[in-house]
Amino acid sequence: MHDRNARIGAVLCLIYSAVYSGFVLLNVFKSDIMETTPLPGINLAILYGFGLIVLAFLLALLYGVLCRNDVKPNTSRSQDRTEGQS
Amino acid sequence: MIYELSYFALAIFLAFVGVTLGISFYFGSKAKSSQGYFAAHGQIPWFVNGIAFAGDYLSAASFLGICGMIAFYGYDGFLYSIGYLAGWIVALFVIAEPMKRLGKYTFADALDAKFQSPGIKLVAGISTLAVSLFYLIPQMVGAGVLIQPLLGLPYWSGVVLVGVTVILIVVTAGMVSTTYVQFLKGSLLVFFSLVLTAMILARGFTVKSGGQDGHEFLTLGPVENLEDSTLSALPELVDYQPLATTDDWHEKPYLRLIKPETAEVLTLRIDPHADGGYVLRESQTLTKTADGKTLVNGRIKGTKKGEPELHPVGYVSRLPNDAKETGPLSVVSFFSTLQASEVTLWSKEVVSLADGGSTTVYYPKPTAGAQILRPGEHPRFKGIRSDKAIDRLNFISLMLALFCGTASLPHILIRYYTVKDEASARKSTIVGIASIGLFYVLTLYMGLGAMTSGALDVTDSNMAAPLLAQSMSEWLFAVISAIAFTTVLGTVSGLILASAGAVTHDLITSYMKFDFNDTEKVRIAKISSVVVGAIAIVLGILFEKMNVSYLVGWAFSVAASANLPALVMLLFWKGTTRYGIIASVAVGMISSLGWILLSEDTYANVYGLPATDAIVPFSQPGIVTIPLGFLVLFVVSKMTAKR
Repeated sequence: MHDRNARIGAVLCLIYSAVYSGFVLLNVFKSDIMETTPLPGINLAILYGFGLIVLAFLLALLYGVLCRNDVKPNTSRSQDRTEGQS
Repeated sequence: MIYELSYFALAIFLAFVGVTLGISFYFGSKAKSSQGYFAAHGQIPWFVNGIAFAGDYLSAASFLGICGMIAFYGYDGFLYSIGYLAGWIVALFVIAEPMKRLGKYTFADALDAKFQSPGIKLVAGISTLAVSLFYLIPQMVGAGVLIQPLLGLPYWSGVVLVGVTVILIVVTAGMVSTTYVQFLKGSLLVFFSLVLTAMILARGFTVKSGGQDGHEFLTLGPVENLEDSTLSALPELVDYQPLATTDDWHEKPYLRLIKPETAEVLTLRIDPHADGGYVLRESQTLTKTADGKTLVNGRIKGTKKGEPELHPVGYVSRLPNDAKETGPLSVVSFFSTLQASEVTLWSKEVVSLADGGSTTVYYPKPTAGAQILRPGEHPRFKGIRSDKAIDRLNFISLMLALFCGTASLPHILIRYYTVKDEASARKSTIVGIASIGLFYVLTLYMGLGAMTSGALDVTDSNMAAPLLAQSMSEWLFAVISAIAFTTVLGTVSGLILASAGAVTHDLITSYMKFDFNDTEKVRIAKISSVVVGAIAIVLGILFEKMNVSYLVGWAFSVAASANLPALVMLLFWKGTTRYGIIASVAVGMISSLGWILLSEDTYANVYGLPATDAIVPFSQPGIVTIPLGFLVLFVVSKMTAKR
């Protein structure tokens, strides 16, 4: 179970690392692209930056969903405890 | 600028600190065991812990440092926001669940779970202390900076005040109270940042030629030449006489004039005009004389409002279609309007005087919005537009350290022990990412809002966010300052707790093998807290002038270099040995610390030596020292593997 969670985590981490690296490398090697405005008046630097923050949240949610399905049988006991406490 | 005590702000501030201390004392009476003191009995609900993550993480660097950097340079500060948040991906996907599964009190517990080695406890404990101290410095600087406008007290008293308050919090309580303080602070910070952003959008942009004190900065010309006859023909300069140019000013692009009746000096920056001739822009000067006096524009700096002081700055100097104001803006039109506008930013340069004193000239620099909203304008991010490979490496190195650093910060890692299982650790991290991500999106609005608020203190980028709030209303200023101060309190509490845990569990109990009972452990932790707090106070006073976000960048580099390679390899490589971990943490910590101490930024900003004398080729160590940590672990593990 731990291994599967770790594998999902590693894959999602790699996906995010690739998108993040793309941002850093574009800034360093093609900085002019960051000034272009794909949407009227909004440059790529802002779009990509906000995109990275939103992507982090979406991947986190996806991870939460995938892992919960995986560990359900084992955590039902602990979930009961949580509800009892909070 | 002159800051005066606001009794209203003081009342709100004292109420916040009072509630914080109240929570501490209340929960403190319940935490008697070391399990309660360090890990809140592992009973914090995951949602509370998630928001507390935001409270822990959104430190003075995020709120004061990033907003300040954006306010003074534009987009670049937002690069920190992006990097700080990206680090949470590593924390969630790689670190969260194993940390909860393997450890009990400290980061060293998890690292040492497989080997039970005193050596690992020793290096991991020292590394926790080193990173925590590095991280503590900017928090203390933030406290000192905040206390000036809020209470009208000198910088050092803010540092001492926060130090003493935090020591009180940590000594009386522990992880339960710290968590609830963080929860409260995290919620308030995100909520009031939303309020501030809504107010920025509702206010829109207005074209001005000065800050909110009403002073309008002169812009003269273009004039064909700089001869006396040309200048004396300008009606704005009729009351002024030319000031003799001394050697110090000879090669600088300024005209200096004096108003005889007040002795006020007018310093005009000479900018070449695109169509020929010159434009003269009113600048501001702050002089430290050899005999210790401080002069503002040639006159002794005042102590009360109405007396000589530097004027606040930060205004839009041109809007699209030459409009005078925009009215309310949307979250999108805020950027598209700014993109097509012009904002007057302020830069500075120092003129050394022959008598040993020095004058700092702050001069206006009208800048196109499109330039403000692109990366690479801040000197620290010059790598983005530089042809030099070294500058580019420096930028990549910083972004790498931010990405890898979050998941290695001791005060973040110990928060995984306050929930009861791995699922809760995971869920609380997701809540943390949501709240922290929202806040970081808002930093761009708040920073740019501060840039155009007319309220900036030209001498201090760290004050941008509270002064932005002050430009909206006094109560908002009071609340924002109090939250910012509580932010510092909360983060410092977490860091001191992490340090105390490292001293008590890793160094004294595990490494030195002292056998203490539970009560004694808690007592030792409290004594350690007082000592670490005292050291933090001293360092905070010494590092007054550094941008807090930059200092945090250092802490991230050390954390990422010392802790991450060992954590990741332990989880993903079965060949890892205890000696590999010890060597990796030690080498990562020493190499990154050594690199920082020998870098040009430290030479220039800390030692006061010429930056060109620095030994290492660029300032940010991460790109060298993080891979070095992995390499050392691999090589040493291979050498010490059992055959």
